[in-house]
Amino acid sequence: MAKKLMKGCEAIGEAAIRAGCKLFFGYPITPQNEIPEYLSHRLPQVGGTFVQAESEVAASNMIYGAAGAGERVFTSSSSPGISLMQEAVSYLAGAELPAVLVNIMRAGPGLGGILPSQADYLQATKGGGHGDYNVIVLAPWSVQEAADLVADAFDLADYYRNPVYILGDGLIGQMMEPVEFREDRKPVREIPPKTWASTGWKGDRPRAVVNSLYLDADTLEKHNRDLQEKYHRIRRDEVRYQGYGLDQDYDVLLVAYGTVARVCLTAMEELRDQGIQVAILRPVTLFPFPYDALANAAAKAKAVLVVELSAGQMLQDVQLAVHGSRPVHFHGRTGGNLVTPEEAASKVREVLDGRSEEVRHA
Amino acid sequence: MQYDMIIAGFGGQGALLIGKMLAYAGMHQGKEVSWLPSYGPEMRGGTANCTVVVSDRPVGSPVIKSPRALLALNLPSLDKFEDSVRADGVILVNTSMVNRDPRRTDVKVVKVAANDIANGLGNPRGANMVALGAFVGATGVVDMKEVESLVRETFSRKPALVEVNLKAVRAGFEAAVGTAPAVAEASQSNANG
Repeated sequence: MAKKLMKGCEAIGEAAIRAGCKLFFGYPITPQNEIPEYLSHRLPQVGGTFVQAESEVAASNMIYGAAGAGERVFTSSSSPGISLMQEAVSYLAGAELPAVLVNIMRAGPGLGGILPSQADYLQATKGGGHGDYNVIVLAPWSVQEAADLVADAFDLADYYRNPVYILGDGLIGQMMEPVEFREDRKPVREIPPKTWASTGWKGDRPRAVVNSLYLDADTLEKHNRDLQEKYHRIRRDEVRYQGYGLDQDYDVLLVAYGTVARVCLTAMEELRDQGIQVAILRPVTLFPFPYDALANAAAKAKAVLVVELSAGQMLQDVQLAVHGSRPVHFHGRTGGNLVTPEEAASKVREVLDGRSEEVRHA
Repeated sequence: MQYDMIIAGFGGQGALLIGKMLAYAGMHQGKEVSWLPSYGPEMRGGTANCTVVVSDRPVGSPVIKSPRALLALNLPSLDKFEDSVRADGVILVNTSMVNRDPRRTDVKVVKVAANDIANGLGNPRGANMVALGAFVGATGVVDMKEVESLVRETFSRKPALVEVNLKAVRAGFEAAVGTAPAVAEASQSNANG
């Protein structure tokens, strides 16, 4: 198929349909409204169902219901709306239901603003709802990668029976870039039949009950152990990242995800032209986080610089990975302001000439 | 080679559409492109702008602080972005809506009265197409042939509009072409800078 110029939001919607998802439940919020807008006309064309729910709480519980019936289903929202969905995310994780949730992050806290942000990293990777659970988190840096990761997200959700987030900043949703949907795409995992789904009991199999309620302590502890064992397998098998310039010598290792990593890439080219050696590690999965790869890459550098559209959230995982072996510096913008390549490059110079202060708090 | 540009105007002047058509044309020519709109809380009549990158390589940062070219469709756009344009870059001013000259002396300034030209063609709503043609003429960032085929495609459902809009982009192109260095020349001077 030829390349099409699409907004990230539209590409995400189209990718979901091509992944066999025929159900969308959501509630409008900027800057991701083009996802429901696109699906509201596309889903009926493919025999699917689009529902604009009465609230995010309702939409996320419709997701729970459809996932429990074994359907591929997804929703999308932006930060304040995703906060409202956290109850359902915890229930999805507890009941081990596959669902894909797209968060096109905007600046917070509270209603905040509608401009790009990455300040929901901790909510996405460390919980957000109640209980011990983890959600697989995929962070695209281009419109093409957003489309590709949406397809992978449905496979991973089904394979692990776990919710999966696509975590994009406002730029990913609003930007237009060429995108190609590959017809010959293979699932990233072989997906077993959904024998656990509640599809109506006809007496030919045990009843399939979808539930996250376990009143007996030992039963619930065993359930938690099983969940943790699953998260362990995800940490072992699903880490994804990309390195840029890691095979060359470098003094500063930049760590950034999403579109910020592209800003850093442009900064890296500018710096290398000036003889300043830097490399970039870009986590693609935020859970599981590439701790080992980051530790190895940091070992070659004099210092590590984390760049985010937040006050420093992924920073904490980088500190965990580096474990005090290298000084870790941080540059972040908030409120919807963006990091420019010039800004990232000048922060690298500050790190190298001692004008930047190492981050000493978590 | 990367060419980046900011297209800015009042909401409704077509800044986002002009940027999209430049991105489409670049993509059809086999280039890597990105189109990034400002989507802040703007109201109708407020300002709208987009950043377009056309490149031979995958686009790095879609956020551009210092573009090689600016299309200022109105005065607030010139006020806002004039200082950001790179030295040796291009500023195209729609003099129908901008009542001052750019202050910069280190850039090529091209002036086209897009609205007046469109009015003269009896197609006042075609001012955005005049500006698009003028921008292509002033910068050479994409081929005029691609732009013309895009105009045909964009208005294919309303055949009556194809000819008038082709006239508009061509008139804009003619008003600007030859007034500023083409992309290749600009890139050489930048390679040294």
